[in-house]
Amino acid sequence: MNARIAAQETAFQELRRQRHQATVIGLLVLAGCLALAAWTSEFYPSSLAAGVPRIGEYFARITPSLEWSALFAGVDTEGSLAFWFYRLDAWALLLFETAQMAALATLGGACLALLLAFPAAKNLGAPAWAYQASRRLLEATRTVPEIVFALIFVWAFGVGALAGILAIALHTGGALGKLFADAMENVEMRPWDGVRAAGGTWFEACRFAVLPAALPDLLSYAMLRFEINLRSASVIGFVGAGGIGEELYKVISFNYYEEISAIILLVILSVMAIDLLSERLRRRVIEVVA
Amino acid sequence: MSTLRMGAAEIAAWQARVPRAFGPTPRGRLLRALAGVGFLVWLIGTLWWFEVTPQRMWNGLNGLMVILRLMVPPSPGEQWVEILKGLGESVAMAFLGTFIAATIALPLGFMGARNVVTNTLFRFSLRRVFDGFRGVDQLIWALAYVRAVGLGPLAGVLAIATADIAVLAKLYAEAIENAEKRQAEGIAAAGGTPTLVMRFGILPQVAPIMLGHALYFFESNTRSATILGVVGAGGIGLQIAERIRVRHWDEVAFIIILMVITVAAIDFLSGKVRRRLIGGR
Repeated sequence: MNARIAAQETAFQELRRQRHQATVIGLLVLAGCLALAAWTSEFYPSSLAAGVPRIGEYFARITPSLEWSALFAGVDTEGSLAFWFYRLDAWALLLFETAQMAALATLGGACLALLLAFPAAKNLGAPAWAYQASRRLLEATRTVPEIVFALIFVWAFGVGALAGILAIALHTGGALGKLFADAMENVEMRPWDGVRAAGGTWFEACRFAVLPAALPDLLSYAMLRFEINLRSASVIGFVGAGGIGEELYKVISFNYYEEISAIILLVILSVMAIDLLSERLRRRVIEVVA
Repeated sequence: MSTLRMGAAEIAAWQARVPRAFGPTPRGRLLRALAGVGFLVWLIGTLWWFEVTPQRMWNGLNGLMVILRLMVPPSPGEQWVEILKGLGESVAMAFLGTFIAATIALPLGFMGARNVVTNTLFRFSLRRVFDGFRGVDQLIWALAYVRAVGLGPLAGVLAIATADIAVLAKLYAEAIENAEKRQAEGIAAAGGTPTLVMRFGILPQVAPIMLGHALYFFESNTRSATILGVVGAGGIGLQIAERIRVRHWDEVAFIIILMVITVAAIDFLSGKVRRRLIGGR
């Protein structure tokens, strides 16, 4: 009896030692990776110590100097809300433009995704070359960030909203195309067999057997994507591709401190508002369609 | 057979009873037409507003074709050491930024969890602050940090960390709220302090979930770290922006391919670690 207990005790101690060792090795690897990463990204204590006070200073400068007594006074009074948002009309127009850019890009991307999703859905039996080509194309457009597309498109289409719309649309096409194809792979296949048995062509089967069943999912994904695209559209102007981003880039580069916080606040508020609205709308639309 | 055929009167009676079965009602048809017209007006209006003309599209596509032709074959150019360094910088920025964000998000997550902090007002306002931070894109943070601490990867690390703290803290808070209560109660019943309850009752349950989230964020941050350099925050983005500026398209293509490969490799590695963490329990 005693011998068995002793044997178990040694086995337990052995196991414990092994786990302990694994933890120590894991921590050492983590520490090594962290040290390497810190060295590569110039994250030195000295630069951090020099930088942190400046970060505090910068954010202190960005925060507006509002005064309670003059909060609702006119544009000319310093410390009022109107003084802080003194270019609200121009910014509102830019925000509207940004939202339109996101909407157009989502529409274009969804059209592209819809075209490519049918051959990219495995169950619909498109030829192997079409399946491979559409899947690889979707992968490529999804992996390259939209800012990179925008940088290139600004050269081809000129500075302005068009380059931004096309860049976001292309990236959206890749991201949505995969989701669309996955949604189509999950639809019931019996309507498909019925259409095919009744002599329908491949295109007719796609249109009348797959699309109606997948439509609620597709719409839901597209509208979710609209929210994501709104965020992208608000920064794509950094490279000259239109929207509120251009204005934001300008005020940050020229250090118009209080305008930075005003614009960022507007962006946050409009993104939140559209998130809420679009969630309601999404539920309604899916109810109607389904 | 003829008994199955309805008379005109019978059809009319049915049409009066279930009008929807005979296709859309006139009102529905009108609404649909109005929606279609409204959509077309919006589409043409915005396209006109953004000055999208067939001429401009055609010229742009031609320009794009020229660029694409110049991209083949991709070549590393003369400064391939710089490119590799930029790529390493991007991955390092993502790793360090995610690590910092996860470290700071851990206590914030405990503070935001319903079963740890019972003060509703405090928790509610903390959650709203998280939401607000989430609305600001990483690129905006990067641009602001470049102004504050200067050009270079340090700004990128800080931008990634700041943008992710809020989202990670929210996910951590949700994970903690979903943790099994009994372990925590057991430790409290055995006389453990709140700190001990958190350490031995909750943390062991949620640690794998948290690590999984952090790794997932590392993957997504590797993607975003490749473009932070566009605004001067270090990494490969700076290289690609510079080469686009001087129109060395073959080198641009090379960098894009390298970016895609790196992102795929990081996804693969991190996915493996994630599966081991989840499967190892």
